[in-house]
Amino acid sequence: MWVVLLTDFFLYLLLAGVALYVGFVLRTPHLRHAWRSVMTRRGGAVSVVALGFFAAIAILDSLHFHPRLEQPGAQVEYSNEILSVFDILAGPLRTQVERTYSAPFAYHAHSKETRETPQGRIRVYPRLEYAGAHLADPEQERGWDITVRILRGALLGAGVWALLLLGVRLARRLRGAQPRAEGEAAIPWRSVAVTVLLILMLIGIVTQLAGAYHVFGTDKVGEDVLYQTLKSIRTGVLIGTLTTLIMLPFAIALGITAGYYRGWVDDVIQYIYITLNSIPGVLLIAAAILSLHVYLNAHADEYASLAERADLRLLFLCMILGLTSWTGLCRLLRGESLKLREHEYIQAAVAFGVSGPRILMRHILPNVMHIVLITVVLDFSGLVLAEAVLSYVDIGVDPSMNSWGNMINSARLEMSREPPVWWSLTASFVFMFALVLFANLLSDAVRDAFDPRVKR
Amino acid sequence: MIAYIIRRALYAIPILIGVNLLTFMLFFVVNSPEEVARLHLGDKYTTQEQVEAWKQEHGYDKPLLYNPEAAGLDSLTDTIFYTKSVRLFVFDFGNSDSGRNIGHDIRQRMWPSLAIAVPSLILGLLLNATLALMLAFFRASYLDVGGVVLCVILMSVSSLFYIIGGQYLVGKLLQLVPISGYDTGYEAVKFLILPVIISVIYGIGSGTRWYRTLFLEEISKDYVRTARAKGLSEQWVLFRHVLRNALIPILTGVVVILPLLFMGSLITESFFGIPGLGSYTIDAIQRQDFSIVRAMVFLGTVLYILGLLLTDISYTLADPRIRLR
Repeated sequence: MWVVLLTDFFLYLLLAGVALYVGFVLRTPHLRHAWRSVMTRRGGAVSVVALGFFAAIAILDSLHFHPRLEQPGAQVEYSNEILSVFDILAGPLRTQVERTYSAPFAYHAHSKETRETPQGRIRVYPRLEYAGAHLADPEQERGWDITVRILRGALLGAGVWALLLLGVRLARRLRGAQPRAEGEAAIPWRSVAVTVLLILMLIGIVTQLAGAYHVFGTDKVGEDVLYQTLKSIRTGVLIGTLTTLIMLPFAIALGITAGYYRGWVDDVIQYIYITLNSIPGVLLIAAAILSLHVYLNAHADEYASLAERADLRLLFLCMILGLTSWTGLCRLLRGESLKLREHEYIQAAVAFGVSGPRILMRHILPNVMHIVLITVVLDFSGLVLAEAVLSYVDIGVDPSMNSWGNMINSARLEMSREPPVWWSLTASFVFMFALVLFANLLSDAVRDAFDPRVKR
Repeated sequence: MIAYIIRRALYAIPILIGVNLLTFMLFFVVNSPEEVARLHLGDKYTTQEQVEAWKQEHGYDKPLLYNPEAAGLDSLTDTIFYTKSVRLFVFDFGNSDSGRNIGHDIRQRMWPSLAIAVPSLILGLLLNATLALMLAFFRASYLDVGGVVLCVILMSVSSLFYIIGGQYLVGKLLQLVPISGYDTGYEAVKFLILPVIISVIYGIGSGTRWYRTLFLEEISKDYVRTARAKGLSEQWVLFRHVLRNALIPILTGVVVILPLLFMGSLITESFFGIPGLGSYTIDAIQRQDFSIVRAMVFLGTVLYILGLLLTDISYTLADPRIRLR
């Protein structure tokens, strides 16, 4: 039985918006040209592919449902638990839960346990229930087994890649050669192909290894860390995108009306954003989240499940982050429309008797969209980073939700154990770094392509 | 100039009123004091008497905006809004929910915050400007491209990793400095080294990249071409002309955050166990002590507005062409 959580709904809305935008870009020559110049940069092209991979995981992880319970009777019953399509694809990652900490690729637990034997009590490393369980003599066989699995996975990935490449080649041949327009640079297809190959090989290797080992070890309650960090992608992507989606209408509407109408409208709007802007961001977020805590505490029984409550908190976090971050964009848009309203084509529109709202929609809005786009892409990486910090301060996402912030938060204590439990931290570091790095690269490419002030 | 400053100070008043109303709404209107009390006492098995006692003890038992029972002016002053929000304007922060005087705590905890923030700011500024100048000198070379890529990589790492990694490497493996803690007097230095270094390293990525853009913008201007045309060496042009002009946006960018240095850094201070205002705020957030959070929001706003004012003044000092009216 399908469930649409609130954040899922907004994500679908966002996807619909992106689809509309892509359609619009394809029909508009100058936008198509600008996006093409994003793609001609190696950093831009590679990061579009890599971010697509992250987005795919986030989308798969947002298709939620209640699983059907296996029952003998004719009556169909659904479990209370909420799963996502990604959980089903992840299969063994989710279900193979050990008892406690274990290192990456380990076949025994991280710490010794006391066992009663006929010879008396001994301290041994207990074998793990799932990881390496297929090996009779793990110490001897493990290295070889892992090598074989990695090679097989890499080959599998390369095979899929080769098929894909063949398909693309064929499609291009069937469509016939299309001459490139004068002065247009080529898209670095080779870099794109290499990125796709690397991603496919990684997926291949992980699927080969995941059933038999814990690639990033397990955490305190024995959950696979790789699974956690993959689930965290959804949280990170949602915070990075929903926040801007929520704030955009306010920022755009207030910004351009303030700039176009000036006078008392401008004064009021400026007062609002200067006031919000004067409060240090973290403190405003903290104040809002704290009062949300009180609210949730007082209305705890209104939410059916823990997942829904965590989801609501994530949505509120996005709203609050949006509340603190719309002011910057609003100020930029106000300044730009102040400039635009003096242009001849706007004055001509006024002289023809076009109404104010219509001028805003038809003439000003399309001409400030490049600023909106640059800000949206630029904010994304900052928001992903902010989530980690906020979760550390306990004002981020719900502690029961998978997120990099929560992983780092618990890793802080794990690092001071002896020997340290380093894999949670490493896993969250690798994935978060990759996401933020690609987002930064993309934002550089987008800014270069869309910002008229940047000289090319 | 004086008239300008006075006008700006007056302009701050409506903003501060707005901020106060906002926090008042967040803490008292969205959530009644009743609910706050229940949150603090633990929800279950709390009797109504306990809730009332807690409210009375912390001064939450008054009406929100208007007290019909009191006479005369007291009907406005004997309210939560007056005692908790209006009093902030004279920097009377009152007591925290655990009963300590907030103003006293702030004055005491300000110094450790400054001890970290000021050296990090100065060192960071010098280091970033030096690196950026170097990249600008070797612009469009492999060194420049590599440097920019490195900056983007440094920017993409969360501050938490710098802190945890630095603590683990320097504090635990090499055991050069204590991992966390604080001491009075000169003993404090050994606790400060690591946090300062980490904050500087954390700032390198974005700082160097931004300064490099500023330098490059300046380099493409006409007066630089003139300077080169009259035969000055590239070093002379960079240090005498470009650096001095690019320092205007750099310094004014620094001035705006100067007052906020008092507030300290939330994350750094809490990780290193430094008793500054940052860790004070974090503790308050984690203990859900609303009085402290409200006080810090107000203080932060005042300091931010002060920073904006200082920025405007420093512009006129750095660039005589700008006149404040």
